[in-house]
Amino acid sequence: MTPLLALSIDITLLLYALALALGALRLSRGPTAQDRVLALDFMFVVAMLMMLVLAIRSDSSMYFEGALLIALFGFVGSAAMAKFLLRGEVIE
Amino acid sequence: MNVWAALQGLGEILVGVLLVGSGGVVLIAAVGQTRLPDFFQRMHTPALAYTLASWAVTLASILHFSLRQGGLSLHFWLLIILLSITSPVTTVLLARAALFRRRQAGEPLPPPLQDRHRR
Repeated sequence: MTPLLALSIDITLLLYALALALGALRLSRGPTAQDRVLALDFMFVVAMLMMLVLAIRSDSSMYFEGALLIALFGFVGSAAMAKFLLRGEVIE
Repeated sequence: MNVWAALQGLGEILVGVLLVGSGGVVLIAAVGQTRLPDFFQRMHTPALAYTLASWAVTLASILHFSLRQGGLSLHFWLLIILLSITSPVTTVLLARAALFRRRQAGEPLPPPLQDRHRR
């Protein structure tokens, strides 16, 4: 791995960490419940992208399954929380 | 051999550019999410991370692992397919939940879309 790629990976991880911090700010401050759900959904996506960048960084394909699981659980969690906000129940 | 090494160097530069670009896009989305005033405006910002950033990172991983392992490793497309199926579902559910909760609280709603076509 060239030092250029290592540097760009570090910069990308730093930008993702800043984005996660801003998402956590919205998650803790959000005026309504749907703001918090939206922020949590966004943070799930950023965490999934971070797993992919870590896969490139450590040169192992094993992180892919983790990223897939994070995306899947993010969808299930956000859909369940949105359904709860909409109807008051998740499964009816 | 020389051509392959040059190709690998070019690929690594491309991977770095794609990664930093996706980081910038995700940061723009996060800044928009903290600074936009209304919920329905804030709903647009994660779409940047869902589409452009995840496409860029997936293309970068495909490129990197294909160059590194010497064969096409296309299973990263699964992430894009999964995200493009699931993200509209959550967005629509969340928008309907927000509309419902605002209507119940008696707060002002965004104008309906049909009026614009009738005019």
